[in-house]
Amino acid sequence: MQAKPITLKILDLVSIILLVISAYLALVYAPREVVMGDVQRVFYFHIGTAWTALLGFILAALFSVVYLINKDLKWDRLQVAAIEVSLVFFLITIVLGSIWARPAWNTWWTWDPRLTTAAVTELIYVAYFMLRQGIDDPDRRARFGAVYALVGGISAPITFFAIRFFRTIHPVVIGGANAEAEGGFAMTADMRVAFFFALFAFTVLFVDLFWNRIRLGDLQDRVEQLKLKVSM
Amino acid sequence: MANKVTTITADPSLRKNAETRSASFIKAVSAVVWKDLQAEFRSRELFSAMLVFSLLIILIFNFALELDIKMRQSVTAGVLWATFAFAGTLGLNRSMAIEKDRGCLDGLLLAPVDRSAIYFGKVISNLAFMLIVELIVLPVYSVLYSINLFQPGLLLVILLGSIGYVAVGTLLSAMSVQTRTRDILLPILLFPVVIPVILAAVKASSGIIEGAEWADIMMPINLLIAYDIIFTAVAFMVFDSVVEE
Repeated sequence: MQAKPITLKILDLVSIILLVISAYLALVYAPREVVMGDVQRVFYFHIGTAWTALLGFILAALFSVVYLINKDLKWDRLQVAAIEVSLVFFLITIVLGSIWARPAWNTWWTWDPRLTTAAVTELIYVAYFMLRQGIDDPDRRARFGAVYALVGGISAPITFFAIRFFRTIHPVVIGGANAEAEGGFAMTADMRVAFFFALFAFTVLFVDLFWNRIRLGDLQDRVEQLKLKVSM
Repeated sequence: MANKVTTITADPSLRKNAETRSASFIKAVSAVVWKDLQAEFRSRELFSAMLVFSLLIILIFNFALELDIKMRQSVTAGVLWATFAFAGTLGLNRSMAIEKDRGCLDGLLLAPVDRSAIYFGKVISNLAFMLIVELIVLPVYSVLYSINLFQPGLLLVILLGSIGYVAVGTLLSAMSVQTRTRDILLPILLFPVVIPVILAAVKASSGIIEGAEWADIMMPINLLIAYDIIFTAVAFMVFDSVVEE
């Protein structure tokens, strides 16, 4: 049994501490937003998870290009790890956004470009895992996964721009151009501290989970190889 | 550098080599297309299934949406594209499953031609089936709902939309037939990725049906063209890794 690297253990601990501090900053330290009230505090974690999830999806698209070029299964494991962590983070983003939107926009959901793209992206990566589940051969699973992650990674931004273009051509969007009415606000200095700290904390958490997931992938791989050895 | 280029193009044997290569590529593509069309002409199973399925979907939409005169103008584009998308997956699935079931795909892969020739061959034949079905659905829809759908702009949009749909669909169906959950997987893989096509095609089609200004319609059409080019190129580059054994 391969022991957990000490750096990873420390990183686990650090990310827990950072998360607690970030929660304190968001829930207590940051001032109450005048118009929206306490529900605005969701924003700090919302952006934190969204940013890291997008980072993971972009990384995954890059890994799939590298994998398709050099066919080293290491890149496949990195890709799965990135997508799996990002998928969960993005789901948290969507749920938190919905919680905020209910009082701020008076609806759980609108078909606005960002929300729609978020939903589509989430579905693309759910499909990614369904595709991988249907394939037994590790090489083929890696190849198909890389191809699909690449196709999905190119398609998601196109979806975003497509929706945004059409909404600007047809100005019947809910809300209109008024940022105040859409729930925009100017951050105070205290809010900025909480905001940037949340970004930092979630980035560290992402790296930690990503690393743990890669390690898990390596172990899974070894188990499969050992099983093969025993059955032979 | 410029000097080198001129010597390459000036060298007759090299140029001839390039010419014969592109000629053999086109020959390989047309052989795959011809094989598909001929097999389909004999059995007609794919085409008839797609057509009947499309008509059934239109029938269902009729009840689901209560397509009265007022509704028709605004929802026709949506109904048409939903129909094409659903019927399209049926066709794509079947067209690849036939290759896989009868060991035909292995035969194709053994042929000493570029793998991308197989991809383009399948894309063209899938596109042909889809366009034929669409060309039958359009007049039927026009008659059933007395709305004129034979407008050159709409035909162009349908062509561009179908190209994008089939370009991605052929690539993904080549993957989905090689998995355990083959029949149910294709729409799940395909639909989230072709949303830009469906979106742009519906916008452009409804603009044309409602007689919108040409400038408004150009935007989605440009998007369709961009999508077609990007995804044909991507599929062309990665198709090798999808069929490799």
